[in-house]
Amino acid sequence: MSRTAVMEGSFAVAEAVKACRPEVIAAYPISPQTHIIEELSKYVADNELSSKYVRADSEFSAASIVYGSSGTGARSYTASSSQGLLLMTEVLYAMAGTRLPVVLTGVNRTVSAPITIQPDHQDTMALRDTGVIQIYVENIQEAYATHIQAFKLAEDHDILLPVMVCMDGWILTHTFEPVKIEEQELVDKFLPPFVPKYRLDPKNPLTYGSYGDDEVPEFRYMMHFAMEKAKTKIQLIAEEYKEIFGDYFGGLTEAYKCEDAEIILVAMGSVIGTIKETIDQLRSEGKKVGVLKVRTYRPFPAEEIFEIVKNAKIVAVIDKSISVGQGGQLATDIKAALINKKTPPLVYSCIAGMGGREVNINTVKYIINKSENSLITNQVPDIDYIEIKRQYLE
Amino acid sequence: MLTIGAVCEAGKSRLNKTGSWRDYYPEITAKCTGCGICELFCPDSSITIIDKKCIINYDYCKGCGICANECPKTAILMKEERK
Repeated sequence: MSRTAVMEGSFAVAEAVKACRPEVIAAYPISPQTHIIEELSKYVADNELSSKYVRADSEFSAASIVYGSSGTGARSYTASSSQGLLLMTEVLYAMAGTRLPVVLTGVNRTVSAPITIQPDHQDTMALRDTGVIQIYVENIQEAYATHIQAFKLAEDHDILLPVMVCMDGWILTHTFEPVKIEEQELVDKFLPPFVPKYRLDPKNPLTYGSYGDDEVPEFRYMMHFAMEKAKTKIQLIAEEYKEIFGDYFGGLTEAYKCEDAEIILVAMGSVIGTIKETIDQLRSEGKKVGVLKVRTYRPFPAEEIFEIVKNAKIVAVIDKSISVGQGGQLATDIKAALINKKTPPLVYSCIAGMGGREVNINTVKYIINKSENSLITNQVPDIDYIEIKRQYLE
Repeated sequence: MLTIGAVCEAGKSRLNKTGSWRDYYPEITAKCTGCGICELFCPDSSITIIDKKCIINYDYCKGCGICANECPKTAILMKEERK
């Protein structure tokens, strides 16, 4: 039987990872990821989990350790945040390039400078081009389920790419919610042991990521093709999870009250909960509004997004990060998804919630209000910095 | 047909004779005692000590000069490669 417990988000993630029976865990602590790896190290110390737990001397080392262990055919896990994730960057490229299915949690926290431990998506956005699959989760239960699904996805022989589950630091890792913890036997049924395609073995030595003189474009093509295949696989795995456990959190996207919506908000992560609440309020006032949750950011589900938003008049995209000198990354990708379509909706790019600045119901209402005004004037600002404090700038 | 992750059988670097990259080559003089320090320091594993004698594998030695720098007896001289 599954059990439901009121649990901190980090501990729910640790429970999920434990149920997946990773053989190697390597990590270096950084806020707000710390509680996840603390709890996992406790499981190992208490013999509740028979993993090799390695406390690394840096995130670069932690990533390198799981890179190596995954190469030997061991199911491997790590987690980090912010500059810790950035320190892993080089290894993540290597992991994706050598097609090793490490699962990691990207606990979202902004990147220094200025130094702060507050959450936004700046850190994982910097890793979007690595070849690592990125799935952003909305709540703790989804974080739990997505970690279990992530191992199955990463280790699929058609995919074989690292998977990063992105969850907002503090908002999801350090808050408490009732969480359904699944029965170990069912998790084992859903997720059989990892069967590697290749395995590092002293008796049968192999070279990983060997020298590529003329083949680099083909290797990148193969990675991109695997990402494309992951779009179908992610949905199949989510369906399979639903069959076994009864819970479903969407595959690539989740559309909430979008069918007849004239204004559709698009966002990722925990802010979706706040937006849904606002949508419910505005719907009761008769406003035709909806929200599209982008769950899978890489691979980017451009076609699915177009199908959901094609009948809307305006799409307001909330980015909790910025590509400095360009704008919101999600908004840019949404625009790219619509650009070659006939009569696409307008796209309104909003930068909000950076450095942990609160995005509450009033913020969402403000964005919807501005979207309504844009429909009247038929003009959209290129980029809108929501609730920027002008007094700091004068 | 490429394998995913550029995985291939090990030992392929032996096929790439990097000695051709060399501008300077090490020459062992009579002062060599065969102590083996150069063997430990060589980053290309191009030195072996056999019967207290220092043997350099010029197929792979890139001529970095670390052996000459580390030799306590200054028994290794770096000479310009004439091609």
